[in-house]
This record gives sequence, structure tokens and C-alpha cells, in this order.
Amino acid sequence: MKRVICLTFFTLLSACGGRDADTAQYGSAPPLPDPQRQLLPTMNIAKPTEWGDRKPVVPPGYVITAIATDLQIPRQTLVLPNGDILVAEGRGGRAPKLTPKDVIAARIKAKGTSPAKGGNRLTLLRDADSDGTYEVKYTFAADLDAPYGLALIGSQLYVANQDAVVRFDYQDGQVKANEPPTKLTDLPSAINHHWTKALASSADGRFLYAGIGSNSNITERGMTAEVDRATVWQIDTQTGAHKTFATGLRNPTALATQPGTGQLWVVVNERDEIGPNLVPDYLTAVQEGGFYGWPYSYWGKNVDTRVRPQNPELVASALQPDYALGSHVAALGIAFSQPTMGAQFADGVFVGEHGSWNRRDPSGYKVVFVSFQDGRPAGEPVDFVTGFQTDGNTYGRPVGVSVDPRGALIVADDLSNIIWRVTPAGPASTTSEGHQQ
Amino acid sequence: MQRPLHPLHAVLLAGTVPLFLGVLLGDWAYSNSYEIQWKNFASWLLVGGLFFAGFTLLWAIIDVFRAAPRTARQVIYVSLLLVLWVLGFIDALVHAADAWASMPAALYLSAIVALLAAAATWLGFSGSHRGVAP
Repeated sequence: MKRVICLTFFTLLSACGGRDADTAQYGSAPPLPDPQRQLLPTMNIAKPTEWGDRKPVVPPGYVITAIATDLQIPRQTLVLPNGDILVAEGRGGRAPKLTPKDVIAARIKAKGTSPAKGGNRLTLLRDADSDGTYEVKYTFAADLDAPYGLALIGSQLYVANQDAVVRFDYQDGQVKANEPPTKLTDLPSAINHHWTKALASSADGRFLYAGIGSNSNITERGMTAEVDRATVWQIDTQTGAHKTFATGLRNPTALATQPGTGQLWVVVNERDEIGPNLVPDYLTAVQEGGFYGWPYSYWGKNVDTRVRPQNPELVASALQPDYALGSHVAALGIAFSQPTMGAQFADGVFVGEHGSWNRRDPSGYKVVFVSFQDGRPAGEPVDFVTGFQTDGNTYGRPVGVSVDPRGALIVADDLSNIIWRVTPAGPASTTSEGHQQ
Repeated sequence: MQRPLHPLHAVLLAGTVPLFLGVLLGDWAYSNSYEIQWKNFASWLLVGGLFFAGFTLLWAIIDVFRAAPRTARQVIYVSLLLVLWVLGFIDALVHAADAWASMPAALYLSAIVALLAAAATWLGFSGSHRGVAP
């Protein structure tokens, strides 16, 4: 069918049959081609396939293990002080299908995701004897509403549902919440096209930062749907009062506070449907009061002509992000590394990339490492976990990443519903294999 | 000799005019107001128009093959419907582009398609007049 359409409209469709010109769009000054307008968006939907005996590929000297399987759409993880791992599971979004395109696109994109039902719960994984096998799995809390962002401040565990930030009391070693959570504040949740609510705490524990995605790709649900969207909120943990901390961040899917400096960093998913190499998703330090372009412009002041009415004054104030990760990689996880991860990966961030649909040659579908120098990203991203997609088959799609200070990277995979753990294969570390049921 | 249009054929054919006219008006309103709901209306009316036009085209094609002798008017009628449907389908793809990305192409295409729908309807019904004449 696709081929037939391609042939029929060959002259109208510039990208048909060809490959995406692969321009390395990394770093602070990525090349930005002219926007392409296509009759049909270039699509390549992941073909879900069971892992079987396969595993993701990690660099030499590292080992990867599945520490939990059969989860219900794991998204973000949090390593607790005692080494237990909390996993937020769920699937959100209430966006009605407004146009014929919504009806068709939803069916197509659903083919590239897990058929499992979202768990709406927090699962706790425990490795009681520290042998690298997480032998127990507890349901810490259930009946949540598409939980995503997680943050622990002292004895308070904060969870960002798709419509509110809620709080649990947490004591070291606890495996189950004592009571239902209390609400700290509502979050914007009408429509919820981009429903994931990222969460991070400030270094002093006084504030939470919540990432709130836009309600559309590029304002096609109207401007009124975008009030309080595409922003990062700063929330006072004592009162629940918030202020808008930064704007114009199309879909800020994961937040992290930089150790040492306390600077807030974010990974942002940029807009689709103006070509395979537009717009690069990015990693940036979030400047308070900063406007990062969406919807009026991208990568600083490059105007997006799809938005009406335009806003030249606001575009003139748009900040350029710090570091491009590549177009359509769909960065959904960020975690600062620690020296226990090994010398090559000691200083920098790990970024989980869920992978593209709006590209002929897929991008993303891996976890990369962006090294830092003097507290800023430097150099090209290095592949850290790959093999999620080979030969047209997609085995997994990485989402959240967390660093266990004892020397492990935790990767949530929402296609195969597995939690992966990557460790340096030193004599002190564990190399146990096998799936924990 | 041409027979009058079957009543169902007539309903399908005549229905294309208000539907494609609605598409044009919706696109015109969106291009003047930037109010996205007008574009949503246009997108759905376009689906309706293509549905009606599609069955009209099918009916007309069957008629033209069954007709003996085949008149030039019938062939032009079928050709108009075919062009109408193809341009209408392209218009639907153009409408699927997000927000203002569909403009101004959508407005021009919708105007052409609305005109073609009016022309095809005119031709279809005026043909049947001659058909009922003794």
C-alpha cells in the first residue's frame, strides 16, 4: 500500500524510495536542513519482536542482565538509598481523536508499542543479597494514574501522575506504601497529548521540577490547548504552589539535577513532520525564565511557519539549547553518571532514546552517553546500550535511565516490559545471568 | 439513450456539492481566523465528500460500461468524477498536515474540488433530463 502511494505521488513526495540523508546532528551547532513539506509523513514503525535468546549490546567490559520481566509498561525508575529500585508503570493520555488523521495515525503508531495494559502502579525490585539478581518484586503502590516522574526527598516519595504530583511517606527498606498518597498539586492534564510528567528535585530538596509536554505536535489542537503546556514548573514541596520555571520546551520528558552544581538539566523531544533531519531532540541546562522556542521556533530562532498567528517578539527571545542529540531519537530518559560506572563513562549523562517513527532510517532505539567537561556536554554521544533494533525487528525501546551509585545503569524498556541492568564486569561486580520472574 | 439517474445515485451525486462546499468554507474560515476548529470541520467534511464521491464514481463507472451506446457526456461525467476524487484525496492528505502546514494548498485544492463537484452534478442531472424525454 505504502509503495503504491509512493509510486502514485512520486513527483510530490521527495523522500520516497530514498534514504534519509544522514547528517550527524550532535552537539551545540547541529546542521539544520530546510524544512520539507511532504504529502505523507515519512514513517517507519517499529516491528515488535520477542528478545528470545538475544540481549541488548553493551560495550566490552560491561554486562547486561534483565532484572525484571513481565512488567506493565515500565517508564521511569528510581534507585532508592538502600539499593531497591522503584519502577513507574503506566500508559496515559486522554487526547480525543479530533481529525481523520488522528484516527489513522493512532492505529499505525500503536503497532510499534507494547500491547500490554499500563500498570498504573509502582513496582519495587529488591536484591536482598546484593548478588545482582533482583529476586523479589513488590507492588509498592497501585491505582495511580499513569505514574511517570519519581523523586525522593528525605522521607517523602513524590510521584508525578499524568494529572497531579502525589506524595507517599517512605522509610528506608519499606516495600509497600502504608496509605494512599496525598496530593501535592494538580498538573495540567486536559487532553494530555503528551501526558508524561517528568520529575526532579532541587539540590536542597525545597523544590520539585515537573516537565509538562505540549498538547500537540505543532499547535494542531489550537492555541488554547497549549496554556501551561510545553513548560517546566517549579513546585514548592511545602505548599504545593508552583511557578513556571521555563517555557517553549515542546516535550520535556526527563529532568535531572546535576551533582555538585545543582543545575537542572532536561531532555526535550522536538517537533515532527518537517523532514527526517528536523528538529533535533536536545539536552540542555534549563535557564530560569528561559523560552526555548516551541511552538514558534526551533533550535533557537528558526521560525516554524506552521504556527499561526506567529510571534516574532517571542522568537527574538528564544534560547538555543545546549546539545543536540539527533532528530527523532525520542530522548525519554536522563541520568547523571558516577565514577563507579567506569572511567570512560564516569562524567556525563546517560540518555535513553525510545526511537523514531518519522524517519525512513530509524534513529534512537538505544542508550547513549554524553560526556561532560567542566560541567558541560562535550564531544559526540557514545553508544552505551544498543541492539534494541536490528534488521527491521525491534526487540525493545528504552525509556527511563537511572544510575545506581554502586555502579549500575538501570534501563526501563516499555516494549518488552523488562528492566535491564548494566554493570562494569569487574571482579567485584556481579555477572549473574537469567531472567528474574 | 440515457436513463434518468437512479435515486440513490442522485443522492450520492448531489451530496458532494454541500460537502465539498463546506470544505471550502471551512478552509476559508481557518485561513482568515487561524481558528483550528474550522480546519477540523473541513477535514471531516472532506472525508464525507470523498465517501459520497467515491460511490458516485463507482456507480458512474458501472453505468458507463453497461451503457450501449456510450455517450460522450457519460465519459466526461465519469472523468470529472475521477479527477474530483483524486484531487479530493490529495486534498485530504494536504489537510492531514499539522496546523498551517496545509495552507494555502488546501484552500486552492478545496476550491477546485468544489467546482468539480458542482460541474459533475450539473452534468449528471442535465444528462438525465434528456434521458426522460420520449
